[in-house]
Amino acid sequence: MTALLRIEGLGKRFGGFVALEAIDLEVQQGERLGLIGPNGSGKSTLVNCICGTLQNESGRVRFGEEALDGLSAHQRTRRGLARSFQLPRPFGSLSLAENVRIPILYTVNARPGVGLGRSAIEARCLELLGEVGLADKAGLRPRDLTQIEMRKLELARAMATDPKLLIADEAMAGLSHNEVDEIIALLIRLNGQGVTVIMIEHIMRAVMEFSQRLAVLVAGRKIADGTPQEVVRNPEVVRAYLGE
Amino acid sequence: MASLVDKTAASGVLPGLRGLPFVLVLIAIAAVIFATGRWLGSSYAFFVGYVVLQYIVLGTAWNILGGYTGYVNFGVTAFFAIGAYSTVVLNKLVPAMPLPVMILIGGAMAGLVGLGTGYLTLRLRGVFFSIATLALAVVVQTLITNWDFVGGARGAYVLRPRIAPLIGGEYVQYLFLIMLGLCVIVLATARAIERSALGYGFAAIRDDEAAAEASGVPTLRLKLIATGLSGGFMGMAGAPLPFYVTYLDPASGFSLNYAVNAIAMPLIGGTSSWLGPVVGAILVGGLQEYLRVTISSAVNVLVAGVLMVAFVILAPQGIVGLFQRKKR
Repeated sequence: MTALLRIEGLGKRFGGFVALEAIDLEVQQGERLGLIGPNGSGKSTLVNCICGTLQNESGRVRFGEEALDGLSAHQRTRRGLARSFQLPRPFGSLSLAENVRIPILYTVNARPGVGLGRSAIEARCLELLGEVGLADKAGLRPRDLTQIEMRKLELARAMATDPKLLIADEAMAGLSHNEVDEIIALLIRLNGQGVTVIMIEHIMRAVMEFSQRLAVLVAGRKIADGTPQEVVRNPEVVRAYLGE
Repeated sequence: MASLVDKTAASGVLPGLRGLPFVLVLIAIAAVIFATGRWLGSSYAFFVGYVVLQYIVLGTAWNILGGYTGYVNFGVTAFFAIGAYSTVVLNKLVPAMPLPVMILIGGAMAGLVGLGTGYLTLRLRGVFFSIATLALAVVVQTLITNWDFVGGARGAYVLRPRIAPLIGGEYVQYLFLIMLGLCVIVLATARAIERSALGYGFAAIRDDEAAAEASGVPTLRLKLIATGLSGGFMGMAGAPLPFYVTYLDPASGFSLNYAVNAIAMPLIGGTSSWLGPVVGAILVGGLQEYLRVTISSAVNVLVAGVLMVAFVILAPQGIVGLFQRKKR
């Protein structure tokens, strides 16, 4: 296996506050990685640095053969790095079909030699919504959706960019037991299609079920990285979550 | 690599710009309007019609940035007056220059200023961007007021030719025809944007900029396209003004009316579609003219203001939005 994503010595500060310090992390092609950590441990900051929403001050992020440093978020998206947002951020004035149409127009359709026709794009929009079970709501606006449907739309929109790596940032927060199962099944299915997935999550059941490997962030440092069983027995991890 | 990807994205945007039949229909409508005006032979009709057409162009230009992209520009007069004053300058330097060339140059100047403003201010979001554009209007007005070559605070006289070139008759007919042509160009552009990847990109920026970036939308570049186009069209709307008013001073060129109307008309007509600013301009522009003649010339700003407040509260989607909702 080759590393799809390689983070070396990544650091990020906000003023005097060190949000991330010397993070090293590798994600292999086709892997399912769980990223956990208490609130404020820097998980979302790490995602933002990987995706280009924030620029890291030190260290580097390599994606495949390429260094991503200095590239803006949309350039990274076009290279195959997709994310869903922790709080769903749909395009509120557009229909669901249009919500997934935008990433198709600006990623897949913008590639050299790909010029999808109008009907091909429409078919692809419905196909993507179908994969998350929203095909019959294609004409609705995001405000008509339930919480879980909103999460699914968020994932469908990320998938529309045809990513190599998908980062699901707390895609299940606030969902019921069954709904969590549904999203896990969805992410595992995507992984089966060859998409590498990083799952950031607080729901331990979901993380344990989904991840092949776990990495733990505490106060901006990575304190553990290994199989889920190893990691949850790691005394440092237990201390971070439960205290002394 | 970066530039390569960016180029392909641009080519992905262009094939979306289609709609020749629409342009032909617009031209036909414009021809009918002009023929009717000639048949009426009333110069008053041409003078009123010019103002309404000017507001269609101005409102549509504002809407490209304000309605489609969601960046509210209060500095309309800066761009409008740059167009108008570039005509004053050109007319002094090269009196023989045809008006369409002046419009192109005025539009280019305003477009460049739009691009520059966009680059400097688009990192400001929401109300901060709007305040910056307001400041721009003040800065440009101050510069013009202190520029002696264009008359400074005294203003500048521009002689309107007696006879219209090409078509004969009064010169105002020529101005009207030119503005009609601008309308066709601007409306065709606005509609093409709506139906293209560019329009979807604008909408994505309006709804959520971070999500737009995450969807691969190059937000900064698109915002620059929007400010450049919007500013350019505003400049083009202003370029023929000196020949229309024949005397231009900063107080009238930078009049608040232009800014209020350019914002009120799309909001009243509806910002989501190219038709909105047209409906708004005809309705508000027509009403203002009617009240100006029948009641007083000062009441027209009040009309725009009251209507704008009423629509923002009662029908935020504008008139076009009301009809779209009924259709559904």
